[in-house]
Amino acid sequence: MSTSSTNSAASPAVSGLDYDDTALTLALPGSSSTDPAAADRKRAHADHDHDNNKQLQPPSPKARAVGWPPVRAYRRNALREEAAAAGCKLVKVAVDGAPYLRKVDLAAHDGYAPLLRALHAMFASCLAFVRGAEDGVLARLVDSATGAEYVPTYEDKDGDWMLVGDVPFKMFVDSCKRIRLMKSSEAVNLSPRSSSQ
Amino acid sequence: MTYFPEEVVEHIFSFLPSHSDRNTVSLVCKVWFPKLRVLTVKGKPHFADFNLVPPDWGGYAAPWIEAAARGCVGLEELRMKRMVVSDEGLELLARSFPRFKALVLISCEGFSTEGLADIASHCKFLRELDLQENDVEDRGPRWLSCFPDSCTSLVSLNFACIKGEVDSASLERLVAKSPNLRSLRLNRAVSVDTLSKILMHTPNLEDLGTGNLTDEFQTESYLRLTNALEKCKMLKSLSGFWDASPVCVPFIYPLCHQLTGLNLSYTPTLDYSDLTRMISRCVKLQRLWVLDCISDKGLQVVASSCKDLQELRVFPSDFYVAGYSAVTEEGLVAISSGCPKLSSLLYFCHQMTNDALITIAKNCPNFIRFRLCILEPRKPDAMTNQPLDEGFGAIVRECKGLRRLSISGLLTDKVFMYIGKYAKHLEMLSIAFAGDSDDGMMHVLNGCKNLRKLEIRDSPFGDGALLGNVAKYETMRSLWMSSCNVTLKGCEILASKMPMLNVEIMNELDGSSEMEENPGDFSKVEKLYVYRTTAGARGDAPNFVKIL
Repeated sequence: MSTSSTNSAASPAVSGLDYDDTALTLALPGSSSTDPAAADRKRAHADHDHDNNKQLQPPSPKARAVGWPPVRAYRRNALREEAAAAGCKLVKVAVDGAPYLRKVDLAAHDGYAPLLRALHAMFASCLAFVRGAEDGVLARLVDSATGAEYVPTYEDKDGDWMLVGDVPFKMFVDSCKRIRLMKSSEAVNLSPRSSSQ
Repeated sequence: MTYFPEEVVEHIFSFLPSHSDRNTVSLVCKVWFPKLRVLTVKGKPHFADFNLVPPDWGGYAAPWIEAAARGCVGLEELRMKRMVVSDEGLELLARSFPRFKALVLISCEGFSTEGLADIASHCKFLRELDLQENDVEDRGPRWLSCFPDSCTSLVSLNFACIKGEVDSASLERLVAKSPNLRSLRLNRAVSVDTLSKILMHTPNLEDLGTGNLTDEFQTESYLRLTNALEKCKMLKSLSGFWDASPVCVPFIYPLCHQLTGLNLSYTPTLDYSDLTRMISRCVKLQRLWVLDCISDKGLQVVASSCKDLQELRVFPSDFYVAGYSAVTEEGLVAISSGCPKLSSLLYFCHQMTNDALITIAKNCPNFIRFRLCILEPRKPDAMTNQPLDEGFGAIVRECKGLRRLSISGLLTDKVFMYIGKYAKHLEMLSIAFAGDSDDGMMHVLNGCKNLRKLEIRDSPFGDGALLGNVAKYETMRSLWMSSCNVTLKGCEILASKMPMLNVEIMNELDGSSEMEENPGDFSKVEKLYVYRTTAGARGDAPNFVKIL
């Protein structure tokens, strides 16, 4: 599944991510009709000249919709129980500036790259995924509106905040308690990234 | 009809070729009631499945069971869906009908395993006990031991939704003395070893729901399972796969070539490659239920392997509205091009395009049921940012036999114009977050001649649409509208114009005092449910329901 991950930072800048939008209103991700990142969710091979500022139809509901998607409670509960039984490792993910947290199952991904792609997909309304690191392995997460770079960090078993990517992936899955996508300006105190993967 | 002798009436009715016409007629024929053998009752509105109907709304089974116990003791089969059933009701059922053969409960609640114990104990000729996706309180495994030794008539037993432990020895004994067993669906508590033992006694089994298939078991257990499965030459349909580990997949291979039905939709532990290894061998498959972990690539494998596919359901594994789904319009296009017999679809995905829908419609003109759920409400065409009106328009235009349709994504009144114009056989339509104005709903009410059920949520239809064709509701089974723009006044007008309808309104916010206030109230009605009645308002409505 290839959600667009290669939009360059040169995609048309809309008038800045309005931080009123990230205040505590319960909006669905991607619900704003002038959301530039809505364009990012199109297929990577779509080279058409889209008007990324085209106004969409009526605004989406502000609150999370009850009973949506339409899946029976029985099925929801059964899948939740199975996820718990399968030893999945659900951890909370916070992004500086986003109004709510998400959860990601670390055990469902084979490595750092698919995990970061999944994080991008979750927060696509706030962030654009930029492939830019020198070794090309851990691409960076950049807010396409402000250019602010986000660094994936995690809290380990000892309670320390670590940079994602230093240790082998399985070791990371074992010790990670939760994840925070931190603005890189704040990430200065974390341990230096090693280039081994 | 009372002035015709019974024989004449029955002779006339024997000319009714269609099952559903005979059913309709039987409902108004008091003479027939005492002879009733099979009773099917559905309770709550469909949207109750998605928590849109508050608890205690109604749908109680007890009055039905009591009436039947008084009036038609020859009852043999009872099928109930979305009803509230109690243990007392099940006990009454078990004791009242000496010839009782079949109990089917779908999406019901309110009972426990103790009620099942009564059914098992007292229904001497029980052939079918089919519990589908019910919410059953677990009060222990005793119920399975309650089948008397004399009960050897079981043909179908489905207890997959029972949450608790079962006693393996009782289960094995029960299966061993049921030579006619054709369908057996176990719950998660049943181990691989127990399953293997059971299958040695079921050579005629056609439908199996496994217990759990975790990899805690040794390879020998799985080898025993394969041997046992190979004895089931008639086995055509497989489900369960609770907690299935990828390790178990190869052990199912010997069965794959004969399967016509496969349900893997409760198994998030199998990924795209596990699923495709299994499904690519299922060349006779007609019905497939999976999770979206299968991905577009996996659906391409399905398309190239399963040429007889008639029904496909792809469920979401992540329930977040804008969550990540590995399935898009590409998977569905592949399926439509590889599986031209496809007639029934339920597809959750995170994006769709008009082009894809137009292609799908051309490839598969035989759709009877087409339900598409794009996870994010009001999402436009992923390529063009346009509404999906044209895509769904193509579906209703090409699929002339379409009976059931659920639409999603960004949609204007135009899609309803197409639906009203082309969907002449449509019986059930589900609408969410769609349309611009009353015109949308009017197109449907005026155009869809065979419409029976219309359910709408979060769409801008108001009193103008509600009242635009009131006679239509007498030809329909029900109308549901929630989070739309209908007002109390509009509902009152409807109720006063149409005394043959029950107009139920539900306001969550303890609306009882608000609703009494002024009859000219233009306050919006949160939930509206309208249905025909020959008996006036129901007496069991809770106080958050007002019947106008």
